[in-house]
Amino acid sequence: MKNDDIRASLMKRSRAAKNERFGKTLTGLCILIIITVVVSIFFFVASKGLATFFTNKVNLWKFLTGTIWNPGATDAQGNPQVGALPMIVGSFAVTFLAAIVATPFAIGAAVFMTEISPKIGRKVLQPVIELLVGIPSVVYGFIGLSVVVPFVRRTFGGSGFGILSGTFVLFVMILPTVTSMTIDALNSVPRNYREASLALGATRWQTIYKVVLRASTSGIITAIVFGMSRAFGEALAVQMVIGNAMLLPGNLISPASTLTSVLTMGMGNSVMGSLSNNALWSLALLLLIMPLIFNIIIRKIAKKGAIR
Amino acid sequence: MSPRKWDKVATTVLYMISVFIIAVLAFLLLYILISGLPHVTWHFITGRSSSFAAGGGIGIQLFNSLYLLILSMLISIPLSLGAGIYLSEYAPKNWLTDLIRNMIEILSSLPSVVVGLFGFLVFSINMKLGFSILSGALALTVFNLPLLTRKVEDSLQAVHYTQREAGYALGLSRWETVIHVVVPSALPGILTGMILGAGRVFGEAAALIYTAGQSSPPLDFTNWNPTYIASPLNPLRSAETLAVHIWKINSEGIIPDASAVSAGASAILILFVLLFNFAARYFGNKLYRHLTGARERG
Repeated sequence: MKNDDIRASLMKRSRAAKNERFGKTLTGLCILIIITVVVSIFFFVASKGLATFFTNKVNLWKFLTGTIWNPGATDAQGNPQVGALPMIVGSFAVTFLAAIVATPFAIGAAVFMTEISPKIGRKVLQPVIELLVGIPSVVYGFIGLSVVVPFVRRTFGGSGFGILSGTFVLFVMILPTVTSMTIDALNSVPRNYREASLALGATRWQTIYKVVLRASTSGIITAIVFGMSRAFGEALAVQMVIGNAMLLPGNLISPASTLTSVLTMGMGNSVMGSLSNNALWSLALLLLIMPLIFNIIIRKIAKKGAIR
Repeated sequence: MSPRKWDKVATTVLYMISVFIIAVLAFLLLYILISGLPHVTWHFITGRSSSFAAGGGIGIQLFNSLYLLILSMLISIPLSLGAGIYLSEYAPKNWLTDLIRNMIEILSSLPSVVVGLFGFLVFSINMKLGFSILSGALALTVFNLPLLTRKVEDSLQAVHYTQREAGYALGLSRWETVIHVVVPSALPGILTGMILGAGRVFGEAAALIYTAGQSSPPLDFTNWNPTYIASPLNPLRSAETLAVHIWKINSEGIIPDASAVSAGASAILILFVLLFNFAARYFGNKLYRHLTGARERG
């Protein structure tokens, strides 16, 4: 081989390097597509959702605190009646109540699986929780409609539709998520914490209560906030049992509505670009922003409570 | 009470909570299967749904669900594989990569109804796909991508670095190492994630109401030409899936046997979810045994 040939072959990009470049570009493109999707979700929903305030000149404060949702009509001053408070209250009510009910069960199950009986936990409870995650939300909605709503009607009176039924359904839906994240939090507590406590003569429950749960508090709160974020965004199951009345909920058993339920019911019945449509997009924007806020809260907690 | 007694009480309570959770699942499954399976007949599974009379089936909806599932997995599997490989193998450790990871996490935490509305706005209206299988499949892809990507990345990360070094030592490029060494040994985890993702997609309804539509026009099962308007394979026809059907007949429908039809449809849906779950477990373990010769997945 002549010197020039060797020189040329050395200067040329090798087959492996070409291969490498091909792979990096290909996988980079996939990432780029995902980033484009995320950015465009925010762009499109925000551009539609903000139109209510910029094009239709609805006051943001009035939108958030108004109690009458009737985008087709105007009030005495000629302002459109788009008060989202009933839905906002409904969403937060079902979210918080479901989290409050689910938390003790989730922590209890997680403690059982990590501290009391890891064997039963792994063999029985783990698959049970995975199956609960897998059940589609419409099935939860259907069971809510045919079991929970009649149960609430018989026990507490009223129509049975309302925040209480929504809470029951969401409780079962977020339970597996919160439980499995709590398990991770408990497992991340170092073993020597437990051993130290037991060596001091503490019982198992004292160890769990005073050491393990204290050391994993931030992880558990993260799990709960994550579950709340799930509950906040759940649409169909809640929509099917909450009654869909756009009124400020006075009690737990009267029909109410959530941001998601209004969106699923209303989007098909309004014309693109009209105020009532834009107002729905503003609700969607609210739904888009809330997971972000939940996310920030989770990050703050995780940072503060990291075991060093 | 003495600490020892408290310990007993607490243990009992914890046992009761665990039993309660198992009972909830057992109740859910039994309720659905007992109330649903009696309605499941061959006519029900293959029959056409009715919009106002009793006795409708779910044939077209079931077909739509499966078709949408396949279509969306066809799009999302390669994308999530690529993205997962990039994040695990190529991405440098810097703020940009962190930002990308955060974006994917945010995408996975978005409510599915928002994803559905985004799909409605972009795929159905802006891209003029209308209420169609294609826009439904794209919306499901958006819905499923972050979790699949995460799963692929985690599975790849779990592969020991010595495997990669062995590849480099043999003179393979990084890409060749990834394709021939790392991905095959991460395959059990990736496969499990994909099947579970498929189960999630199969039961999803909120993202589909405004993308794949809520109506199921009659299909001609003798003409499989994808361009023919009533062809089952036509990706531009509107398609109500099984999950959307259950929601629709319970919230807006007027058919008299709504609860019977939705019980039957729920039973079918649950059976598919169980199937996906067991398939994920079975194939994951089988592949793992095949690749490693080990008995149990460690």
